[in-house]
Amino acid sequence: MSRANTLDRRAVVAALLAERGDLLVVAGLGAPNWDVAAAGDNPLTFPLWGAMGSAAMVGLGLALAQPRRDVLVLTGDGELLMGLGSLASIGVQRPANLAVAALDNEAYGETGMQATHTAHGVDLAAIAAGCGFARSETVREMAAVEALRARLKARQGPLFAQIKIAADTPPLVMPPRDGTLLKNRFRAALLGPDAALA
Amino acid sequence: MSAAQPHDWPADIYAALKAAQVKQVAYVPDAGHARLLKLCAADNAMRMVPLTTEEEGVALVAGAWLGGERAVLLMQSSGVGNCINTLGMIATCQFPLLTIVTMRGEFGEFNPWQVPMGIATPGSLELANVIVHRASEPARVGDTVAGAARLAFSSYVAVAVLLPQQLIGAKTFGK
Repeated sequence: MSRANTLDRRAVVAALLAERGDLLVVAGLGAPNWDVAAAGDNPLTFPLWGAMGSAAMVGLGLALAQPRRDVLVLTGDGELLMGLGSLASIGVQRPANLAVAALDNEAYGETGMQATHTAHGVDLAAIAAGCGFARSETVREMAAVEALRARLKARQGPLFAQIKIAADTPPLVMPPRDGTLLKNRFRAALLGPDAALA
Repeated sequence: MSAAQPHDWPADIYAALKAAQVKQVAYVPDAGHARLLKLCAADNAMRMVPLTTEEEGVALVAGAWLGGERAVLLMQSSGVGNCINTLGMIATCQFPLLTIVTMRGEFGEFNPWQVPMGIATPGSLELANVIVHRASEPARVGDTVAGAARLAFSSYVAVAVLLPQQLIGAKTFGK
C-alpha cells in the first residue's frame, strides 16, 4: 500500500447517517452492520446478517421500488467482492436514488483480518465506473464523505464510493438479528401499518 | 386449442404475473423463457432487471419487497445452484419469493454437463426451504404460476415453478 488509510469507520458512517431523515439504508454483513448500529438503531435500516454479497442488490430492488426515496448501501470490501456482478446490474438500471459505499479496510475483519483483493490493488471504484455508475470515487478524506451524502440527496446517482478506512476493530454494536422483525419493521416504517396486510 | 396451434403457455405466465402485480422481472435468460421475457419487456409496468448471476435476483426480490413491490426471478435450472446461500435470507426473514425455472439436464438432454445440476434442482430447492411445483401440461402452466404467486406473496414463502423439457422442448444442438 502506497498510501495510508486513516479514515475512522465509525466517523465515516456517522457522517453519512447524520440527520438521515427518511434515508433508507441497507447494511452489509460484518463490520458495516456494527457501524450502522453504532450510529443508532433505526427501523429504516435493513442489516444483513448473512447472504454475503447481496447488500448491493437488496439496495437495487429497494431503490427501484422506491424511486422517491434515497437508498444508501453501506457495505465492506469483502462483502462487495463476493457480488461484484451486482455493480454491472446496477449499471444497467442506473437508479439516481442509489449510492453504494464500500468501507474498504482491505481485510476480512470478521475472520481474522486476512487480506482482501483490494489489499492487492483491486480498484473497486474503477470497476464501478466501468459498470456505468454516474459517479465513482476513491475516498480518503472526510470532506468527500460529506459530499457523497449531498450528492445522494441531489439524486445524482447511481453513486459509488470506495472509502479507505483504517483496519481497526471498534467495539461491537449489534442491531436486532431476527430477520422477520427487521423486514416487518422496515416495511411498517416505510409503507405504513397496512403493509402487514398486503 | 387445436393440435396444430400449441397452447401459448408463456402468455399465460405473463398474465399470471400481471394479475399478481409483479413489477420487477429479474432474470438470467434461457431459451425457454424467451417469449415470456419479450412479453414482460413490452409491458411498461414491468421493470426488466438482467442479472450477471442468479443469486443477485434473490437479493433483488428481497429489496423489492422491502420497498413494497413484488418481483419474480426467471432462470434456468443451472442457476438454482448459484442461489443456495442467498436463499437462506429468504427463509430466515420470511420474504416472499416467486421463481420460474426452466429445466435442463432431464428429458432429452444432449449436453451431459447439464445433467448433474438438473437432477439436483428440485432437491436443492427443497433443502433451501423452497416449495417446488412442476408444470408439465401446457394448459396448466398459467394456473400453476398463479397459485404459486398467491402462495408466495400471501403466505411469505419461497415457491419455485419448474418448467420441464417436455414442455419447453429439449435443446438439440442440431443433432
